[in-house]
Amino acid sequence: MVGARSVAADASDGRRGGRTVMTCARLTLLTAVLATAFAASGRAQERMTPARGGLEAKLEYCKTCHGLSGQGYLGYFPMPRLAGQQPEYIEAQLRAFIERRRSNPIMRNVAHVLSPSMITALANHFHHLNPPPFGGAPHAQIAAGKRIYEDGLPEANVPACAACHGAEGKGQNEIPRLAGQVYQYMVGQLTGWRTERGQGTAVDTSAIMAPTAHNMTRSQIEAVAAYVSNLP
Amino acid sequence: MKRIGFQIAILAMVASAISTAPAGAGESAAVRNCTWCHGTGAQGYTVAPRLAGQRPQYIMSQIRSFRVHARNNPFSKQYMWGAVAALDASTAYELANYFASIPPRPANDGDGALASRGRTIYMDGIPEANIVSCYACHGPNAEGIRDIPRLGGLAYFYIKTRLEQWGEGYHSTPGSPMPMVASHLGPEEVEALASYLSFVK
Repeated sequence: MVGARSVAADASDGRRGGRTVMTCARLTLLTAVLATAFAASGRAQERMTPARGGLEAKLEYCKTCHGLSGQGYLGYFPMPRLAGQQPEYIEAQLRAFIERRRSNPIMRNVAHVLSPSMITALANHFHHLNPPPFGGAPHAQIAAGKRIYEDGLPEANVPACAACHGAEGKGQNEIPRLAGQVYQYMVGQLTGWRTERGQGTAVDTSAIMAPTAHNMTRSQIEAVAAYVSNLP
Repeated sequence: MKRIGFQIAILAMVASAISTAPAGAGESAAVRNCTWCHGTGAQGYTVAPRLAGQRPQYIMSQIRSFRVHARNNPFSKQYMWGAVAALDASTAYELANYFASIPPRPANDGDGALASRGRTIYMDGIPEANIVSCYACHGPNAEGIRDIPRLGGLAYFYIKTRLEQWGEGYHSTPGSPMPMVASHLGPEEVEALASYLSFVK
């Protein structure tokens, strides 16, 4: 948007001549088209036109709860950050909601209408978003959380989170990104791991986290959650 | 049983009317300036919504929105911009907490026949139409949390109008997801939601 404006300004300075006038007109037209395109995607100033087309509309729908840039949101429940998330992880969770291996009535309702190709498209879109972290975690425990994240809690059979989730919390393959995750969401997930995940009898990859989550005390969970929620 | 219930209801109405009577009954001038439009006991009156039982952080955020003219629907512009222009922060805080502490009474003025459909939309949304679940943010009983408002028991007309206004492009709190939510709602969904919510205690 800024680029388009400065191009138009350059074109309208100085030189005369037929060719330059045509260039001016084309640049003005281009600016107008770009301005309209950007204005249409901005939300502040005008009538909300629901997006046409399956993916665009579905993305708006997801972002209503998960944050306009996928950064997460605190509703009555904490809605997790999807931005920058591993696409394999998002796909696996959506399938888990559909198959009720992960019990969450809101997400089950959301997910069960998604086609496999829509799931892949959504996961890829969110993977490429990169807003700053949602923030808001208490500061006091961040240092303790960093120690747990990097060293684990050997005496409690808790491995270092960094070993699987990466030194910077970006995750890999199906192992989720934790960096910038919503604090309240992380605390809720780790304290209530078994109540939501691994339901039913089908094999579920969430089982790998169950002992870890179980072996951490609440204050250790809060410390780690505070630490990763701040990671860029 | 029914008769006793009826008599108790009458007693309750009279008692609450007495306890929240505005005329010089210990209410500050600031409160009277609000209840003048927002109704006896802040339970709402015609177009002015119920403030009683509302989330205090939400009341504060709306006062801010009025003051900076972010919330720009016609009634807000005509009445609320002026109403809060001279309101200082500490009075706003006191008013918000005062109104929040008053037990809310449901308006009960929606269409009863639509309430069940409204409840389904409220709890589940309509994923095929990209309508989000209101419950996810506003809570299982439409009670709200932090600066997300309580919707339970608000007047049918008020909820309907707000949902329509967002669809028409009016704004409220900057960053609110509501314009996006409302843009997907069709008229019958709006009426069903507004009806259901007007009955929620």
